[in-house]
Amino acid sequence: MSSSETSELTERILKYLEGVEQVDSLRLAEELGIEHQLIVGAVKSIQAHGERLLHVEPVTRKSLELTEEGQEVAQNGSHEANVFASVPEEGIKRTDLLASGGASVCLDRSVEPPLVRRKVSAIRDPVLDHLLQLSELSASDVVEFKRLVQEPTIESLLLSKGPEFGTALAKLATDLTMDMLTSGEWEELPFKPYNFDALGAVPARGHLHPLLKMRSEFRQIFLEMGFAEMATNNYVEPSFWNFDSLFQPQQHPARDAHDTFYVKQSTGSRGYGYNWQLIEAEKNLLRTHTTAVSARTLYQLATRPNGFKPAKFFTIDKVFRNEALDATHLAEFHQVEGVIANVDFTLGDLIGTLQELFRKLGIEELQFKPTYSPYTEPSMEIYCYHSGLAEWLEVGNSGIFRPELVLPMGLPPGVNVLAWGLSLERPTMIKYGINNISDLVGPRVDLKMVEDGPICRLDHN
Amino acid sequence: MPTIGVKRDLLFDALGKKYTDDEFQELCFAFGLELDEVTTEKQMLTKEQGDVAAAADASEEIIYRIDIPANRYDLLCLEGLVTALRVFQGKVKPPKFEFVEPAQRQVLKINPSTAQIRPFAVAAVLRNVTFTQDSYNSFIDLQDKLHQNICRKRTLVAIGTHDLDTIKGPFSYEALPPEQIKFVPLNQTQELNGIQLMDFYATHAQLKQYLPIIRDSPVYPVIYDANRVVLSLPPIINGDHSKISLKTKNVFIECTATDLTKAKVVLDTIVCLFSEHCAKKFTVEPCDVVQTDGTIISYPELAVRTERVSVKRANAYIGINEPANKLADMLTRMYLETEVDAKDGDSLNVKIPPTRHDVIHACDVYEDIAIAFGYNNIKKSLPAFMQIAKQFPLNKLTEQLREQVAQSGFTEALTFTLCSRDDIALKLNKKIEALPAVHIGNPKTLEFQVVRTTLLPGLLKTLVANRKMPLPMKLFEISDVVLADEGAEVGARNERRLCAVNCNKSAGFEVVHGLLDRVMQVLSVPWKTGGADKGYYLQATEDPSYFPGRCANVMYNDAVIGRIGVLHPSVLQAFELTTPCSVVEFTIEPFV
Repeated sequence: MSSSETSELTERILKYLEGVEQVDSLRLAEELGIEHQLIVGAVKSIQAHGERLLHVEPVTRKSLELTEEGQEVAQNGSHEANVFASVPEEGIKRTDLLASGGASVCLDRSVEPPLVRRKVSAIRDPVLDHLLQLSELSASDVVEFKRLVQEPTIESLLLSKGPEFGTALAKLATDLTMDMLTSGEWEELPFKPYNFDALGAVPARGHLHPLLKMRSEFRQIFLEMGFAEMATNNYVEPSFWNFDSLFQPQQHPARDAHDTFYVKQSTGSRGYGYNWQLIEAEKNLLRTHTTAVSARTLYQLATRPNGFKPAKFFTIDKVFRNEALDATHLAEFHQVEGVIANVDFTLGDLIGTLQELFRKLGIEELQFKPTYSPYTEPSMEIYCYHSGLAEWLEVGNSGIFRPELVLPMGLPPGVNVLAWGLSLERPTMIKYGINNISDLVGPRVDLKMVEDGPICRLDHN
Repeated sequence: MPTIGVKRDLLFDALGKKYTDDEFQELCFAFGLELDEVTTEKQMLTKEQGDVAAAADASEEIIYRIDIPANRYDLLCLEGLVTALRVFQGKVKPPKFEFVEPAQRQVLKINPSTAQIRPFAVAAVLRNVTFTQDSYNSFIDLQDKLHQNICRKRTLVAIGTHDLDTIKGPFSYEALPPEQIKFVPLNQTQELNGIQLMDFYATHAQLKQYLPIIRDSPVYPVIYDANRVVLSLPPIINGDHSKISLKTKNVFIECTATDLTKAKVVLDTIVCLFSEHCAKKFTVEPCDVVQTDGTIISYPELAVRTERVSVKRANAYIGINEPANKLADMLTRMYLETEVDAKDGDSLNVKIPPTRHDVIHACDVYEDIAIAFGYNNIKKSLPAFMQIAKQFPLNKLTEQLREQVAQSGFTEALTFTLCSRDDIALKLNKKIEALPAVHIGNPKTLEFQVVRTTLLPGLLKTLVANRKMPLPMKLFEISDVVLADEGAEVGARNERRLCAVNCNKSAGFEVVHGLLDRVMQVLSVPWKTGGADKGYYLQATEDPSYFPGRCANVMYNDAVIGRIGVLHPSVLQAFELTTPCSVVEFTIEPFV
């Protein structure tokens, strides 16, 4: 309904009220030939102009009315009476009668085949009588005839003139405008009240991706803990840094082509008599972990002009695995990695550091499980207790780099290197309640989810 | 990580204690194992094959599936697992393995011809073994687990086990042309030669994967007995003649290999774990293996190595402070019998048994101390040195620009680094040969053929997948592409790009242009006009990806840093887009 139609209706309602003491909105609807719903809307609109214009009292009452079946009975008589009527004077074959249903009739077996005959010449139809005089029905009748009669609750408004009644409505201002300010008109104008239950207008905006919001949060935490960020903007690594420098034997299953993306050699022949092992180490690949960069960084740390200095590093960047894809695994994902090198570091230092890191991620309860990794010893899987899911989740791996890895880098004896790796996708999926990783990463991302997602506060539940 | 399935009741009988699932899980956790699944044979069949009919007859006995660390070959069967756990619980001492010298040793002679294909072989004998159905199954399963893991799917080592009473030494390990090798393979009735064998097993569910290891070789490895009975054709299959059964008493074990160290480890592992079923427990009969130069080496080695470990260093490494005798007890519980050195009291003499080939350095011993002590009992400490945090400048700039672009009304996408050749070439009206793309040598699917050279395809795919969203859709991504570069160490380098796309009922070039202006404004780069020598500007150009006359180079200090324009309708069509798009993409690296 347009606003002009509404104002026309409000006017008609006010005019009508002028001439009567009070009127029920249902009655009014009938009088004006307008849907009741619209009358109620118009009354609300009138009230918006001033609470004291009208006196409005909500009324509820129950009233009996016929159901669809009841209306049929009221028109054609009860089913029983109908059966009676369908038996002619001379009787009817049972099968024929059954086609129309039957009672108040009897089976005459004196003839062959037996006939259905009327026992009386006429019957009364009390059901029909009741239905025609609905107002006289009692509550128990309503129960008895419940298929025919229903008793809905009817809500309406009892309208009468209020203390400030008038037949014309002043136009209400909807918003404060510049013109009103210049003219000073705002002081006189009646303003339409706000509906504070409605939502506001959606701000025009762009959005950040949830996984990258999580990346920012992790970065922030590492920075708060004094870690330096490693440069990991090199996806292509030689096998040497990805595997060999990390003490991964050349026959290790992870080096198989089916777990690693190897890069086609773009430059010419490499056949200048290297033995097989060196060729293997020179194969270029898409890094399977950022630990390849950690290895380089350690090498740089060891060969610093001023000698070794304790250091803490972190990175959060993409890694690649040529593995089977499923609801939680993609061929590329983000690895969160931390590395600390110091003289006489202990496993207790690693556990303590991880405890503090996870505390910043909002996780207090940690457990460590022995595990195997070719380049750390001892090696620990990190489990955290997720109170929402009420279970222990494996969230990452950690350990002390093997001496076979650390010493060849040129780090002085006695230097231990602690390292750990986590996934960024897993905590993001848990945090944002995402079950399928394709809904989070890649082109099939749900942009609605991106738009509606909250900011990432890991320490705030 | 290998997973083994053991019957729960058998396991608890052997451990001498019944556990609840949770209690057993806790024991596993402390020892570094994981109770992966509690299931039954019936459930596994139903789950794996969906074959309810086959599963109907299967057993409903509870099976524990347990994850075993990849370097602990000694835990790959019930026998080894039980011994290790009982030792860990301090219920028994680690077993000592002993040789029993026979009247005459079995001999395996290596023929020089094997050098062409599989040069190494080792052998051993287990005497007076009593198999039950369960221990027999365990014996077969162990060989399978070893084959899958340390043997690298039989490429490095292949195991053959035989009923010694059906064959007669000395044995001969040779390599012969396949058509000359004739025998009845295990559980078959028909005699096949080497070539027929390859055809016969070409479609066999388990064996077909091993055929390529030798198929194209002019000679196949084979082991004969003194009567020229074929024991096995490694690494494919054994002969039927010498197959072991529940009645077998004496077992001849041979391992052929391309890696001798691994063959020794495999042989040690099998004899250590199954000598438990010998009449005289933990005894093994050695064999003489005659090398091609005539020298004789006795196998298995069953070497016990002693590692000296400093108590002080061990404590310091872990961050605990335990006396020497406590550490010795802990190591003994980890299967490494240890005594405190009587002389200095600060050293431990740690015996590394032939079951623990994973221990190769003192740090492996430290780890076992830490496990026995309990990782979760170690006192937490924090490294005591100061460092000032530092961001990688390119990442810092990326973080700042992401905020700015999002504030300008663009929504961030996160797309794949790998894509198909068509995504970066054909669909963008480009030729793949002309692009500086890094190609994947072993792609599994079309989605992983190349590393992207542009962020654009990912954004266009994101648009298509989100067609239900109201227009305009404005997306961006700041991420790395990879470009082939002869000057780089690996022949390729990453480049950090900003790409933004505006998708609406009209192309709206000014929208992406406005974003470019805004980004340059926040980077304090002026619009280069008149004779100014610094700044950015647009230089008209033609690019087949873009609408003619609606494309420009983004210039910064007179160098091309990217491209801006309205996408060509054929590009839109290739990505199944029905709405016009304007795009800007440029490197942010000059602004670091």
